[in-house]
Amino acid sequence: MEVCGSSNPTLREFGSEQNLLSRPDGSSSFVQGDTSVLAGVYGPAEVKVSKEIYDRATLEVVIQTKVGLPSVKERAREQCVRETCEAALLSTLNPRSSLTLILQVVHDDGSLLACFLNAACMALMDAGLPMSCLFAGVTCAIDGDGRIIIDPSAVQEKESRALMTFAIDSKERRVMMSSTKGSFTVHELHQCVAISQKASDNIFEFYRESVRRRYSKSV
Amino acid sequence: KMLCMLDIRLDGRQTYDYRNIKISFGTDYGCCFVDLGKTRVMAQVSCELITPKENRPNDGIMFFNIELSPMASPAFETGRQSELMVKLNRQLERCLRNSKCIDTESLCVVSGEKVWQIRVDVHLLNHDGNLMDATSIAAITALCHFRRPDVGIQGEDVTVYSTEERDPIPLSIYHMPISVSFSFFQQGTYLLVDPCDREERVMDGLLMIAMNKHREICSIQSSGGIMLLKDQVLRCSKIASVKVSEITELINRALENDKKVRKAGGRCGFAESMPQERITALKTHVSPLEMTDVEEKANEIVLRAEAPPQTVPSPVLPGPGTGQVGEGLQSSWGLEEEEEEEEEEEEEEEEQQHKAEEEVTCVAEEKRGGNCKYLLRFTSLVPDVFVPSCQLQYSQNCTDKFRTM
Repeated sequence: MEVCGSSNPTLREFGSEQNLLSRPDGSSSFVQGDTSVLAGVYGPAEVKVSKEIYDRATLEVVIQTKVGLPSVKERAREQCVRETCEAALLSTLNPRSSLTLILQVVHDDGSLLACFLNAACMALMDAGLPMSCLFAGVTCAIDGDGRIIIDPSAVQEKESRALMTFAIDSKERRVMMSSTKGSFTVHELHQCVAISQKASDNIFEFYRESVRRRYSKSV
Repeated sequence: KMLCMLDIRLDGRQTYDYRNIKISFGTDYGCCFVDLGKTRVMAQVSCELITPKENRPNDGIMFFNIELSPMASPAFETGRQSELMVKLNRQLERCLRNSKCIDTESLCVVSGEKVWQIRVDVHLLNHDGNLMDATSIAAITALCHFRRPDVGIQGEDVTVYSTEERDPIPLSIYHMPISVSFSFFQQGTYLLVDPCDREERVMDGLLMIAMNKHREICSIQSSGGIMLLKDQVLRCSKIASVKVSEITELINRALENDKKVRKAGGRCGFAESMPQERITALKTHVSPLEMTDVEEKANEIVLRAEAPPQTVPSPVLPGPGTGQVGEGLQSSWGLEEEEEEEEEEEEEEEEQQHKAEEEVTCVAEEKRGGNCKYLLRFTSLVPDVFVPSCQLQYSQNCTDKFRTM
């Protein structure tokens, strides 16, 4: 959650648990510092005729906040997550079926969209859905002094002048989705993309480690 | 049903056994998770100041909302008020509001004008039977855990202190009603406490008794249409009182533990309660990032990026003090010649504006007379000056300067 430039930037400690709910086909919880998100995936399942697509699976993403009804902000985030997932999933392997991804906010302490993306990826992995690549979400904030902060907390986000979230893919570390808020220069954008790509290395290492740990004992 | 007769349950429990209840708390006050076996529920309490109801100016308001998250079961859909949702909401309201377990008068700030509205949102995360019990435990535990901000009243002014300024105060709760569910099979012959999902699907009827540890029944609900004898109901209530006292004991211990951890300054929350020893869970520590080659990487990205398409011709300076970007096309419309050309030129310039990335070296605008709105003046005669089209406005009389032959 720290700074670019001379000092060492750090990601907050993150952790994840998979398969923690018995009903969904895949479930995961992802925790970044104090921000935690629960994700559940159902699919491939039957799809309503009005929503079916003839050659691919229909992905639906639902974000549930803790208090109150979902607003436009949640819909926008759902769109971001959905587009990332659709780019990563091999949905043509399951035509005329539905995939439902439900994300529940457990606590929001900054970098929420990145946490959604990470939890979604782990849940999709847990459900065993075929994907062409994995994806990781990283949030960067630029504060008033022009320093770049990775994985900001809620307090840091509020004081920042720009906030960016990128979804990075695992194969070539390219940007799959970006969602930005605030004003920043082109150079700052390039720097943040480069930093996010480096940060995603840590997250992909974590994915690999947790999957290795999970399948270390064969049943 | 066969298993009932043989006195065995699917998961090995006895008839009157509850599944393992696990209560954990979130980072902020009022957030609690309850695991009843595999059924998982999250409750969050929040508060806000609003005007009270007309007929009860001195009472605060309690609002309950149970969300059947589509995560809990494939049968739940978002946005649909299903029968189950209405039933659970109503039961929770009767259990907690009508039993007056919370002192609503203490929620009053300014009589008739400002009272606290306490809102309890319960999210069902995993449905493995007996949702009602899990939600009632979660709701009452979250209410006990919640702290509302302190309020200061000076005459007419009401100041709400934030958590940093003054410690938040807990709600005043008289008693803790907990609901216990009994499922009946074969017209009331067999009963099971705390049915799991499969048992719920085949049961004939359900009896829900909400009680507190002082053996006061807060609410009873019988659904499913089974007919019960008086002594059956009395027996159930006796079982319920035993269970409720056990559960209340568990809740109090969990609250105590959480209070100790918070006082000691330890970290609390969902993050901490993640089980570490499980093979499906993993946690890393604060990890530093390798930032050594970020600058090079950033530059690399810029280099590897395709050069922006160069479609902007350099502006032409037909005479001193005037500039022309692009060429208007000869209009073929006839009468409306002048206006059409204006528009075309404007469009072209806007297009070029979006594609090019060069900076404007200088543009000045000057108002002149009533006829011409803006006049462009270049202080340098460097040919690659780009004029943003937003600075250009035309009126009919200006077109002479910008029109091509």
